[in-house]
Amino acid sequence: MSFLSYLINGISLGSVYAIIALGYTMVYGIAKMLNFAHGDIIMVGGFAVFTIVSTMGGSSAVGILVAVVICTVLGVTIEKVAYRPLRGASPLAVLITAIGVSYLLQNIALLVFGSNARQFTSVVNVPALKLAGGELSISGVTIVTILSCIVIMIALTAFINKTRIGQAMLAVSEDRGAATLMGINVNGTIAVTFAIGSALAAVAGVLLCSAYPSLTPYTGSMPGIKAFVAAVFGGIGSIPGAMIGGILLGIIENLAKAYISSQLSDAIVFSVLIIVLLVRPTGILGKKMNEKV
Amino acid sequence: MKAYKNKILVQNLITYGLVIICYIVIQALMAGGHINSLLKGILVPLCIYVILAVSLNLTVGILGELSLGHAGFMCVGAFSGAFFNHAMSETIASDQLRFVIALFIGAAVAALFGILIGIPVLRLKGDYLAIVTLAFGEIIKNVINVLYVGIDGNGFHISVKDVASLGLEADGEVIIKGAQGITGTPKTATFTIGIILVLITLFIVLNMINSRTGRAIMAIRDNRIAAESVGINITKYKLMAFSVSAALAGVAGVLYAHNLATLAATPKNFGYNMSITILVFVVLGGIGNIRGSIIAAVVLTLLPEMLRGLNDYRMLIYAIVLIVMMLMTSSPKAIEYRERILASFRKKETKREA
Repeated sequence: MSFLSYLINGISLGSVYAIIALGYTMVYGIAKMLNFAHGDIIMVGGFAVFTIVSTMGGSSAVGILVAVVICTVLGVTIEKVAYRPLRGASPLAVLITAIGVSYLLQNIALLVFGSNARQFTSVVNVPALKLAGGELSISGVTIVTILSCIVIMIALTAFINKTRIGQAMLAVSEDRGAATLMGINVNGTIAVTFAIGSALAAVAGVLLCSAYPSLTPYTGSMPGIKAFVAAVFGGIGSIPGAMIGGILLGIIENLAKAYISSQLSDAIVFSVLIIVLLVRPTGILGKKMNEKV
Repeated sequence: MKAYKNKILVQNLITYGLVIICYIVIQALMAGGHINSLLKGILVPLCIYVILAVSLNLTVGILGELSLGHAGFMCVGAFSGAFFNHAMSETIASDQLRFVIALFIGAAVAALFGILIGIPVLRLKGDYLAIVTLAFGEIIKNVINVLYVGIDGNGFHISVKDVASLGLEADGEVIIKGAQGITGTPKTATFTIGIILVLITLFIVLNMINSRTGRAIMAIRDNRIAAESVGINITKYKLMAFSVSAALAGVAGVLYAHNLATLAATPKNFGYNMSITILVFVVLGGIGNIRGSIIAAVVLTLLPEMLRGLNDYRMLIYAIVLIVMMLMTSSPKAIEYRERILASFRKKETKREA
């Protein structure tokens, strides 16, 4: 039974990675940039809920809503101020700016909230599920996390395939120049992508902090990097890939923690990245893109 | 061509001269007793930062790839160098000789890791190197923190659990003690050795840039497809630049290890923050500008020491430096604006001449 519970916890952690990885993979697919600050938006979402619920005594629904709004606005602002002026610049410059933004968010949070870990009260009030005569207990947070991941995944796929904005996103990711010629507002589409990605990051932040209730300015950076690993694992740019990669990575991490060494679990997760890049650089569901000269 | 070569030579001599003059001035001040102990304590770290910044500039500026694991290579170099020093403490009596060999060992091991990381990553296009080197830094830190290595009559013993599981004999000595790292390395590093290493680093990097290899590397940076079509072996040259950069970071690590009594891999010295700090030196000094890296490393290391009040805001300022520098130097609008200003200056000059 212990193996099964590790597996379920792994899927739950993996679902959080999957939600974060969705944001990464969408931004990477459409804006062709690695948004390093994505992980720190998770942290901002966590602190927003913490401030509303624990400090100001608001209800958790209000807290989550406010966190989503704050993160969306933040994501769009970052895109407009820091990334948009660099459109057309070298990828190196964009990457360094993204690292700068990530660092800026962390250090502002450090100045505002201090470096001490805050105890995050879970905003998920779902009773634990007892299976197999109480031997296997699945916590409420785990259930909610896995369910929200599935819902988000389905909603996002429908959004991209059925709506005009979604189709515009696909077009921009395929060929930005051609999309512009077809009358698609490229800047607007990229802004929408950032908005969706950041809103997802806020949700991921709430779920992450509910499962692991210690909140510091650095809370988001590690899950952010691991989610990127998940996105690469599943095939960067692919939405089902992000989901599969995230969940597999969560399972690998939890099983490694349980059966190999808890100190080495991060090292094992990152070794997965190197192995994937060595064996199948396009990831599980990635398509090989030929370069045009 | 000859004039161009002369120009480069003069520029390089200015860079070497700058370092040597700084060294002479500081030595003179020290002899006169004008330097307080605080400043004396950061002289060797200054050399370490300069070496790190110059070597990272080789990856970022010349190769055009982002490495976020420079501290990881430094960590590998530091631990392998210090490990060698301990393991050979009975075979080689002279501290200095051991230190010099340790420098080579640290460089070699760091270069080896650079090649191991580089082979899967550098053949890919895109931002993978950044994330993989970041991952590498974390892996190294994690592994070293659980690694125990001891030595006795039967040779080396390695464990990832604790000291007891090493199964050492009575005469055995534990060299790497997990999270406590390596203790008791002789403090052989001096400012003079540091400056010599800085000069050697500069010599390697500057010569590499102005060689056939360097031109091939820069051709890859500027246009990968064009470089490939004139027959440049992309992976080979990329790997070469990256492993040289890693090896020099390893040298900085050995210097670091021999400047401290205890060497442990903490997030503070070998973590992500350290890699970013070095990146800030490179970005502020100018990407691809070696002399700029030296100046930025010195200024940004001295400034927080001089202005203690700034220390809380140091990382915040670094973040703003990264963003503002990139927006000012790389955004197409800023480049256009700068060119317009320059053009108007030129117009005024030509008018005056006429």
